[in-house]
Amino acid sequence: MIYMERVAIIGVGQTKYEHGKQGNFAELVFEATSKALQDAGITRDDIDNVVTVSSDFWDGRTISSMAVSDASGAFDRDITTVEGDGTFGALYGMMRILSGSFGVTIVASHHKGSESNMNIITNTAFDPLVERKLGLDAVSSAAMQARRYMSKYGLSEEQFALVSVKNHGNAMRNPLAFLPMEITVEDVMNSRKVADPLKVLDCSPVTDGACTLILAAERQAKKLTRPAKCVWMKGVGHCSDAYRLGDRDLADTRALKDAAKRAYAMAGIDDPRRQIDVAEVYDAFSYMEPLWLEGLGICDDGKGCEYTERGYFEFGGKLPVNVSGGRLSSNPVQVAGLAGMAECVLQLRGEAEERQLDGAKVALVHGINGMCGQSHCVWILGK
Amino acid sequence: MGKRVGIIGVGQTHHAAKRLDASGVELIAEAVTRALDDAELTIKDIDAVVIGNMDHFENINYVDMWAIDGLGAFMKPVFKVTTGGTTGTTVGACGYYQAASGLFDVVLAVGWEKNSESDTQAAIATCASPILERDAFAGAIGPLATEYSMYMKAFGATEEDSAIVAARDRNNALNNPYAHSRQAVTVEDVMNSPMLSYPIKFLDMCPRSDGSCAVIFASEEKAKKLCPKPAWVHTSVVRHDYTHFGDLEWTFMPTLERASARAYKLAGITDPLNEFDVAELYLPASTCGVKWMDSLWFCDHGGAPELIRKGTFNMDGQLPINPSGGVISTNPIGATALIRIAEGAWQIMGKSGARQIENVRKALCTGFGGCSWSDVMILGADLP
Amino acid sequence: MGLYTDKRKRTHTPEGYELLTHSSGEGDYDFDWHCGPYWSKFFAEMRDNKRFMGVKCPECGNVYMPPRQVCGKCYVEMNEWVEVGPEGVLDGFTVVRFPYIDPNNGQLKKVPYTAIWVTMDGANTRFLHVCNEPDETKLEVGMRMRAVWAEKRTGGVHDIEYFELI
Repeated sequence: MIYMERVAIIGVGQTKYEHGKQGNFAELVFEATSKALQDAGITRDDIDNVVTVSSDFWDGRTISSMAVSDASGAFDRDITTVEGDGTFGALYGMMRILSGSFGVTIVASHHKGSESNMNIITNTAFDPLVERKLGLDAVSSAAMQARRYMSKYGLSEEQFALVSVKNHGNAMRNPLAFLPMEITVEDVMNSRKVADPLKVLDCSPVTDGACTLILAAERQAKKLTRPAKCVWMKGVGHCSDAYRLGDRDLADTRALKDAAKRAYAMAGIDDPRRQIDVAEVYDAFSYMEPLWLEGLGICDDGKGCEYTERGYFEFGGKLPVNVSGGRLSSNPVQVAGLAGMAECVLQLRGEAEERQLDGAKVALVHGINGMCGQSHCVWILGK
Repeated sequence: MGKRVGIIGVGQTHHAAKRLDASGVELIAEAVTRALDDAELTIKDIDAVVIGNMDHFENINYVDMWAIDGLGAFMKPVFKVTTGGTTGTTVGACGYYQAASGLFDVVLAVGWEKNSESDTQAAIATCASPILERDAFAGAIGPLATEYSMYMKAFGATEEDSAIVAARDRNNALNNPYAHSRQAVTVEDVMNSPMLSYPIKFLDMCPRSDGSCAVIFASEEKAKKLCPKPAWVHTSVVRHDYTHFGDLEWTFMPTLERASARAYKLAGITDPLNEFDVAELYLPASTCGVKWMDSLWFCDHGGAPELIRKGTFNMDGQLPINPSGGVISTNPIGATALIRIAEGAWQIMGKSGARQIENVRKALCTGFGGCSWSDVMILGADLP
Repeated sequence: MGLYTDKRKRTHTPEGYELLTHSSGEGDYDFDWHCGPYWSKFFAEMRDNKRFMGVKCPECGNVYMPPRQVCGKCYVEMNEWVEVGPEGVLDGFTVVRFPYIDPNNGQLKKVPYTAIWVTMDGANTRFLHVCNEPDETKLEVGMRMRAVWAEKRTGGVHDIEYFELI
C-alpha cells in the first residue's frame, strides 16, 4: 500500500468563525476559496477539480453542493461532494490526485449552524425507528459517552474541565476563533448543566464559517508555487465503528486506533508521542480530547486525563494540542476538521503568528464523523 | 486518464414502488451481498467503501454511519458522497478514483434510495434556492417540461417523438427482472396518458422507486487476478456547472455537451454513434431521450427526432439505448445513476441475460441531476 | 430463501409477522436562511422601489438576474449593479398539474399553476416565477411579460404577485 507521488497542501483560506454570519453559503465559500487561491499564489485556471464538503441536513436543502458550485470555482471543472467532516473531503481530494486523473484539487467546506436547530439536526442522525423517537442528539449521546469514559477509568468532571480552560485560552491567540476566553476550572464547573455530566463550557458552540484547502500533486506544486508554501500529506487513515451506540463500548477507541495505525504506517511514524510536534484533535466536547489522544496512541488507554493534568498538551507543553482553540472554541461542523488541517499547515510553514510553535515539523490532524465519534480520519502532515 | 481500474462485480435489488419487506439497511445489504456473489468475493476482500443517496428522501442524517451493518463497512474505511440525481455516478466515480489511487485495491460503491418513505417532488423541490426559486420550482418535472417545450418550438420535435422513447424504454424493461415498472406499452398508450406538466405525460415520466445497487471496483492488478472479464473504466468526466436554474441554456444542454466531448476525447472516441455498442443513459423523462441525443454528439442540434423516428436506438438499432428499461422504468434516485454503470458493466461482462446486446466492447453511461448536471463514464471490454 | 429471491410483493415476514411502517409524525424542521448582501439588496429594491436589480460581470459583461456575488465562469466578484426590466420575454413555461406537498408549509400545492422562466430586458439570465395564465395553449415562448406587484411587499420573491402577458 505505498503510493507513488507526493501530494501537498499549497493553499489555505478561512473565514472568521462566529455565530450568525450574514453572508450566505456561496459568499462564505467564495471568501475562503479566494483566500486559499491567493495564499497559494495561483488562479482558478490552475485547478482542475473541486471537492465540496457540504451537508444537506445542516443547509436545509437537498443537493447542498449546488449552492456553492460557482463560488467554489467549479465552473467547467470536475466536481464532487463529500458529506461528512472536512478531513474526509481532503482524503478524497488527495485520492483523486493520486489516481493520476487530476493535478490540483480545491477542497471547500462550509457550515452555517446558526441557521437551524442543532438538536433536531443531530437527532436525525439516529435511527428513525428506535433511538430517534427517544430524542437523542449530539449532546445527550456525548453525555453518555462521557459518563462511560469516566466510570471506566475513574475520571472526574474537573479533569475534563482542564481541556476547556486550555483550549479557550489557546483561542486568545487566534483572531479567527469564535470563543477566545480566559476561564478557570471553577468557571467550567459552574456553567449551566446541559446533559449530565456535560455543562455548557464542556460543549463546542454552534458556529458558522468556511475553510478551503488547495491540494497539488508534487509535479504541479513544483510548477505553481514555492517550496515554503508546500506542506506534505504524509499519511492518512480512516475507519468506522458500529452504528448503534449499544453495539459499542463508547470508551473503546478501536476504530480510531485502526485509522491511526494506517496513517502512522504510511507516514513512517512508530512513536507518535515523540515524533509529532503539534496536533489538532476533534474536541467537540471536553472529554473527547483525552479520549481521542488515547486512541491516537499518544498516551495509554485511560491516561489521557493524567497527561492533561501534567500540562503535557499545553501551548508550552511537550505536545501542544489544539493551539487554534480547538472545536471547543469554534465548531463549524463539516469545516472543523479542515480548519484543523489549515492550522497545522500554518504551523508547519512558520506562519502561525502568535500561536507559532518552535520547530514544528510533523503535525497530526484528527476529524470525526457520526455521533460519539463513530468514524475517524487521521492525517499526518509534514514539511 | 490515470491508473487503470476494472469493475469486477455488480449487484442490485429487485426495485419496486415500495419495498415493505426491507428497511433501508436491509435493502443495501441485498445489493451488497449480490455484488459480492457476482464477484465471488466475501466482505473481507473489500478494502474501502463509499455510499451515496439523497438525504431528504429518507430523512436520515449521516447515512454512511447508519448503514454500517448492511454496508459491510464495520471497522472499514468508509465515507459518503452525494450530489443529488447524479449521486449514483458520483459514487461510481468515487469507487474508481479510490481504486486508482493506490491506497485501496478493492472498493465497494453503493447507491440506494427508499423514495417510498417521503414525498419525492417535495424533497426535490428543496434543491432550489429556498430564498429565490423554491416556490415556483415544480420538482424535477417542471424544468424538464419547460425545456422540451422550447426544443419543440426550436426544432419541430413532437410529443410523439418522446412517446416513441417512452415506449422503447418501457418495453425493454420487460427483459429486466430487477426493473420496477415492467409494462408493455404502445406509443398510443403514452400519448393518451394523463398530462402531468405540458408536454410531459404520465407514461413519459420516471417513477420513484425503492432500490439499491452495488458495484465493486478493483485496481488493475487485482482486477486481472479476481475477474475473468472486468469492465474497464476508460474515463469519468463530470460537469456540474450551474448554481441558479435561471442561468441555464435551454435549447441544448451545455453540461452534457462539454462532459461528453471531453470524455470522448480522453477515451479516443470520434464517432460515438458507431463506436459505442450500448448506452445506458440517465433519462428522467422520455423528452430527454429526444433532446439530449444532440448533446451527446450523436447528431447536430435538432437532429434527434429523425434518429428516433428511424429506430436508431432500439434494441435492434445502430446504438441500443437503455436495454435495462432505463430511468423511466426504475428510479431509486441515489442508485439510479449507479445502475447505469452497473448495467453497462454487465453488458460488457456478458451477464445481461435476456437484455444482452451482442459483443459489447464499449458502453456509454451517463448521470443527470440538479441544475442540469451531467456525468459521463465510458466502460470498455479492453484495457484503456 | 435464496440470495436472488424476489420479495417485492411481501406484506408479512416468512413467520407471519406483519411488515410495519412508522410515521415521523408532524415534526417541524425550521430554518432561518441568511440572504447575504446581494439578495438583501435585490429584495429591498423590489419591496421599496418595485424594480429589478441585476449585477454585471466586469470581465464577460454578463448581467445576472437574480444577482449573486460571483460570476461562475470568470470567478470574479461582481459589484456593478444594473437595473433590468421592467418588462421581459417569456423564455419557457409549464403548467404544473400534479399535486405535491409544498415543503414550505407541508400542505398540498394548489394546482394547476404556471411556472415560467422570464428574461428581464437587459439581463442575460432567466428568472423563475409564476404567471397568471393557466392555459398552455395561450402561452408561447417569446411573448412579452411584466410583473404585477403585490400590495403588501415584505422583501421576498412573493413581492411580485405574478407575471402577466402584455
